[in-house]
Amino acid sequence: MKFELKGITKRFPGVVANDQVSLEVSTGEVLALIGENGAGKSTLMNVLYGIYRADEGEILIDGSPVSFSSPADAIAAGIGMVHQHFMLVPVMTVAENVVLGVEPTGRFGSLDISEARRMVREVSDKYHLELDPDAVIEDLPVGVRQRVEIVKVLLRDAKIVVFDEPTAVLTPSEILEFFEIVKTLVSAGRGVIFITHKLKEALTIADRINVLRRGKVAGAADPKHATEAEIAEMMVGRAVQLVVDKSVAKPGESVLRVANLSVVEPDGRTVVDSVSFEVRAGEIVGVAGVQGNGQTELVEAIAGLRRAASGSVTLDGKEITSYSPRERHSAGMAHIPEDRQRQGLVVDQSIVENLVLTRYHDDEFSSGFLMKWDAAEAKAKELVAAYDIRTNDPTQSASTLSGGNQQKVIVARELSRDIRLAVASQPTRGIDVGSIEYIHAQMVKERDAGTAVLVVSTELDEVMSLSDRVLVMYRGKIVADLDPKTVSHMDVGLYMAGSRPDEARAS
Amino acid sequence: MMVVSAEQRKRARSVGFAYLVLAVICFGIFTRRAGSAGFKISETGQFSLPAQGFAWALGIVLVALAAAQLYRGLGKLSNIVLALATAAFFMSFLSWAAAGDSFSFVGMLQDTVSRSVPITLGAIGGILSERSGVINISIEGMLLAAACTSAIAASLTNLWLGTLAGILTGVALAAVLAVLSIRYKVDQVIVGFAINFFALGITSFISFRVLVPNRDTMNNLLPVMPIEIPVLSDIPFFGQIFFVQTIFVYFSFAAVALATWGLYRTKWGLRTRAIGEYPKAAGTLGVDVNKLRYRNLLLAGAVAGVGGAWWPIGIVGRFDQNITAGRGFIALAAVIFGRWHPVGALCGALVFALAEAVRLKIGNFDTGIPSEFLIMAPYVVTIIVVAGFIGASRAPKAAGQPYDDQ
Repeated sequence: MKFELKGITKRFPGVVANDQVSLEVSTGEVLALIGENGAGKSTLMNVLYGIYRADEGEILIDGSPVSFSSPADAIAAGIGMVHQHFMLVPVMTVAENVVLGVEPTGRFGSLDISEARRMVREVSDKYHLELDPDAVIEDLPVGVRQRVEIVKVLLRDAKIVVFDEPTAVLTPSEILEFFEIVKTLVSAGRGVIFITHKLKEALTIADRINVLRRGKVAGAADPKHATEAEIAEMMVGRAVQLVVDKSVAKPGESVLRVANLSVVEPDGRTVVDSVSFEVRAGEIVGVAGVQGNGQTELVEAIAGLRRAASGSVTLDGKEITSYSPRERHSAGMAHIPEDRQRQGLVVDQSIVENLVLTRYHDDEFSSGFLMKWDAAEAKAKELVAAYDIRTNDPTQSASTLSGGNQQKVIVARELSRDIRLAVASQPTRGIDVGSIEYIHAQMVKERDAGTAVLVVSTELDEVMSLSDRVLVMYRGKIVADLDPKTVSHMDVGLYMAGSRPDEARAS
Repeated sequence: MMVVSAEQRKRARSVGFAYLVLAVICFGIFTRRAGSAGFKISETGQFSLPAQGFAWALGIVLVALAAAQLYRGLGKLSNIVLALATAAFFMSFLSWAAAGDSFSFVGMLQDTVSRSVPITLGAIGGILSERSGVINISIEGMLLAAACTSAIAASLTNLWLGTLAGILTGVALAAVLAVLSIRYKVDQVIVGFAINFFALGITSFISFRVLVPNRDTMNNLLPVMPIEIPVLSDIPFFGQIFFVQTIFVYFSFAAVALATWGLYRTKWGLRTRAIGEYPKAAGTLGVDVNKLRYRNLLLAGAVAGVGGAWWPIGIVGRFDQNITAGRGFIALAAVIFGRWHPVGALCGALVFALAEAVRLKIGNFDTGIPSEFLIMAPYVVTIIVVAGFIGASRAPKAAGQPYDDQ
């Protein structure tokens, strides 16, 4: 079967999200759809899935035009979608989620839950997607939730499965598992559309690559011959620096000293277990680890968002363990939090307000009681220009910005102050290549200016290329202190999984 | 050593303090009146409790329980002990109030079950709405308006058509809520308030201007009589309480059973719960979220309509201004009490109805409690129960959020 999108145009007030976009995909192949955030990938797929109606253009199946007015139509035509934010009801079981909308029923519309379990098992056995039909979604790890989504789609007999940024939430080993699943699907005669902005992954798994830029098709690439640099250029519209460009670090005096720091959850679990390390002026220390090994809590304890059960945090020789977040800010700490929408920004407030969020109480922006909005706006204009934040009007709400530009707002706010230490958690999660390049460059610039930088990321590539020193966290402890220039990705991966490279090789 | 979390320790401590407060009340108040209280449990049988002796004994037990809770917590037994202690405290209160006198205990419980009807049905309406993701605080208005129209229709025609009028009234108000909150995405709480005030205003107007002048023709009817269920009504004690009741009581039990089965055992229930928790999940699978919300809201209005018809047709025989007196809000408390489960809501409704039945009963005794305080009883119980015993409970996640299918 062949699915075609022909000349699709979709306009929203003020923007053309898709402009005459055409693409096709057949069963038995993997098409990677690449583009920066805001390039129109998700809009296009929502058109294909019947959520949006295209203003122009048509959808063809095996050459004959079809029209979808709701997801139900698209599902019936053989299209399945695995959304980036999983469409699963957290309090319900796997079986309940999978059969929602196609429930097997007995008498009087009663739900035949044993039949539902059987249906789940049938699909999960056929495609080797191991699942417990009675598990409740909120208890499951992300990788398993994704399997539930895939089973949901296969149960509805999808010929084409669309994956919207499927690897963004997965750990490195889950990504490998995911690729195996994609291969199984293709060999079972399904077609796959793989939406991503991770070039390496597209090159690994796709048969063909289509690139979108600003709502238009920017070109196509053959993964057998194309290089990352070529595709990145197609995606961004200019040559992109993919490796972090930095000189050798010249570490100075110790700035951040963490000693025997422990964090205990209210339910008694120790999530950070007696961690000690230091970060010196002019160096970038990266913390690698699989999500959920205590990195989030470690950063929150350093930033003052969480109380340490024991141990101390020292900044420039001054103990700040009991300081409030604002006192830490004043002492010269910058914090780029993990979740930019919830912790980093007040998304519904203006860019100006967000840019002065950590300094609104300074004399520069307020006179005791009243805000000096003129000064704040002037400062915002300056930062928007200096940090390349793409907006026409800084008085608009931060929610109007793309993810990458939202992150730049946070980076601008935090790094433009006079700081001694920058703590960044997942600084480039889910943002486009252009913004990643820019943010990395800013952090190296801070380092070269003599700031101590602590970067926590679950993207191993990021930690390895950005850091001068790599710490690996596993189950709340720091299990390794490594030099990224001499250690291999493979070995760091082993530490992240809780084993030691020498042991692993010996066995 | 038991493994206990900080959360459990905190709860054990607060329950311990609650026992201490109850013990103080036992010692300080319930031991003040001498004599025995007679509890009639059938037409002939009765048992009696010596008010003072019982209060002293219970007080000592409560202190012991408090010590146990504060020292290490009672673990798994905690909830059962709490329920038993609360029941014993309640009996001590009754024997204090009725010391030297006797009253029909079985009659009071029978009255409790009867009075639970509008609260239960209102709560079912609330559950149906909120489980589908629409906050419905207009249950009060639906009960009140339905009570008014059903009184008029039943006076003019018959009880069946009267009840039907109540149902249609509930549905009509639900339709207003549905259109404004689903179609026009108006804040659901605001719409609910508007409906409540509208219902209060229009029924007060009708009451003064139409019903008072035409009392005999338009607001005068004979309520339904209790129906004895054969065999079941012969069960000692419980038979009287549960199986010599009006058709409204049986309907409300049936509604609880049906709603429970529907929500947890049918396709409709699965979809309803899904659109209340995460409507997008259902929407992307082709479920028409807003259509299902419309349907469930109208159904909620119909159920609440029957609850409203209970006042004129089930017990009083007429409509009075603001006859519901906030029972719709108590129904919402019952929803929370029952954690959005119909059976839990029924239990909540029984607790609140009991407070009301007790109030009516002990008003006959010379307890020295001003009657104004007694009238407050159901509301005070509501506050204590919702704040103290329920704690944090989880509402359907999407309740209050309009769903946009684009």
